[in-house]
Amino acid sequence: MPIEVDGKVLETDEEGYLANINDWVPGVADVMSKEDDLELTDEHWDIINFLREYYEEYQIAPAVRVLTKAVGKKLGKDKGNSKYLYGLFPYGPGKQACRYAGLPKPTGCV
Amino acid sequence: MAKADFNVPELGESIEVPAIKEGSMAHSSPFVAKPQFQEALGFKGEIGENWKEDTLEAMGDLLGKYRSLQVYMDICVKCGACTDKCHYFLGTSDPLNMPVGRQDLMRKVYRRYFTFAGKFFGKLGIPGFVGAADLERDMLDEWYSYYHQCSECRRCSVFCPYGIDTAEITMAGREILARIGMGQKYDNEIIGKVYTIGNNLGLPERALADTLEGLEEDIEDDTGVQVKLPLDKKGADILLVTPSADFFAEPHVDGLMGYAKVFHEAGVSWTLSSYASEAANFGMFIGSYKNMREISLRIRKAALELGVKRIIFGECGHAWRVAYSFLNTLAGPFDFLDQKYPIPQHILEFTWGEIQKGTLNIDKSLNDDMTLTFHDSCNVARASRMGDKPGGQFVIPRNVIKAVCNNFVDMDPDTIHEKTFCCGGGGGLLTDDLMEVRVKGAMPRMQALNEVTQESGVTHMAAICAICKSQFTKILPYYGMTMDQIVSVHQLVSNALILSGQEDTDSDDEDDVA
Repeated sequence: MPIEVDGKVLETDEEGYLANINDWVPGVADVMSKEDDLELTDEHWDIINFLREYYEEYQIAPAVRVLTKAVGKKLGKDKGNSKYLYGLFPYGPGKQACRYAGLPKPTGCV
Repeated sequence: MAKADFNVPELGESIEVPAIKEGSMAHSSPFVAKPQFQEALGFKGEIGENWKEDTLEAMGDLLGKYRSLQVYMDICVKCGACTDKCHYFLGTSDPLNMPVGRQDLMRKVYRRYFTFAGKFFGKLGIPGFVGAADLERDMLDEWYSYYHQCSECRRCSVFCPYGIDTAEITMAGREILARIGMGQKYDNEIIGKVYTIGNNLGLPERALADTLEGLEEDIEDDTGVQVKLPLDKKGADILLVTPSADFFAEPHVDGLMGYAKVFHEAGVSWTLSSYASEAANFGMFIGSYKNMREISLRIRKAALELGVKRIIFGECGHAWRVAYSFLNTLAGPFDFLDQKYPIPQHILEFTWGEIQKGTLNIDKSLNDDMTLTFHDSCNVARASRMGDKPGGQFVIPRNVIKAVCNNFVDMDPDTIHEKTFCCGGGGGLLTDDLMEVRVKGAMPRMQALNEVTQESGVTHMAAICAICKSQFTKILPYYGMTMDQIVSVHQLVSNALILSGQEDTDSDDEDDVA
């Protein structure tokens, strides 16, 4: 089911991930989060932006520990853990936040 | 956090056999692989007009290749022993999730086209007289649905007086489907990533190197000791092959750090390989010998190129089945390895050996905040062994846990060892599009866990399979428990292991088991 962002129709796969990562604009995260009834705050954006930067460098979403460590360094040690991330993204930082950030879904034994 | 658009089974006093509800899971069906992913594995892109001929041809080929499949098709006497043994039946009440129901989906087609009685009565127009049925197009959809509601865990085969292994029938069903153009998206895309990148996750070498460096920093921050997690180190003695989830997810990664610490203390040289950065072998899930072999050959190639003497597998259930039972015939002979050691060896065998030798300085009290139980992973329990004695695969993991923890309680004996219940997400079902079957199929294990929680105060369950760990992380909240109640066995080892030269362990007051 395609989504409409800023007047443009963007293809997604069966699970709602962008079909083409280059289609991503910040509006993608807004539209997707609205569908989930989640209001994006600056804290959410910090994560989404980090995911995108990491992906650009490494062509994969960061491992959970890489993500929590980066968040801990940037926002304080009390926030560098999975609980904080699941608080922001109840469906999981890997899956929900990656989707908002336009990244492919991490799959495997995870 | 878990929201479900289906009913989550309620946990009662004990596991009850439900009254059947026909068709209650007929809607469950995973996404089909797109043509490009099908073709990359050597399968037909999509189902075509000749689906019937294609199906029967593939089935005939498998029946010719695997005598076991033909025997299983022939020998069921409908005794009923298997009917209440499958976790998916217990959790869903759907009679096609009874092992015999699942087998009969294929058996009736087998009888119609591959037995004299079926051909004879089929021609008379009454194939049902001998339990046979004409192959219709919608039967393939039914196969696709129910052969993806089996985790190939083999629990039913323990109870079948004839030893019929439904897992092999499921594998055959999936292979036939994949060949005719109905492969599963999750499995087939993942196998594709192993070929192009080296692991299920698609973690490229640079990302892997960066992740491992980060873990080295973490261990040093925690302990003050430099522990290496080497990658592609030529000339190392040991090649560690572990599921890529160990690099990526929690609590897997805590186990990986545990392996590294054990190797460090044992004083052995070891390495990971970026080329063979995956232990799990999804070729087995789809019953494809060809893909299973290609994935296994990567391990051989990496071992040869790195010049190692030993191969050790990390905590990964299906990987250990392939490694223990099939690696030598798939990718052997391993005559270039040191024959003094098991080929391959399980990380738990290694760690147990070090514990017995007394190399490891263990402070069990560091795990005193937990009371543990152990979930036997299906493929380790019923399709492999550890150590040199029968039942070693049950004893060694428990020995290691008891060596590093003061508080350990086993679950109901009908739910452990060879009678263990699958986590509900094994065999290629660990995907979000199968969440309902995963949650429902986890019920028997959740029931047994809940019982020891209530009766003995168990707080955490340890496992030695990446899929089990990921599945429970997701499923525990559906049953009112928390995701951090599942731990890696080597995470427990890591918690209790005091490294040589380690600083005061209380310097970090943060409990990192998140």
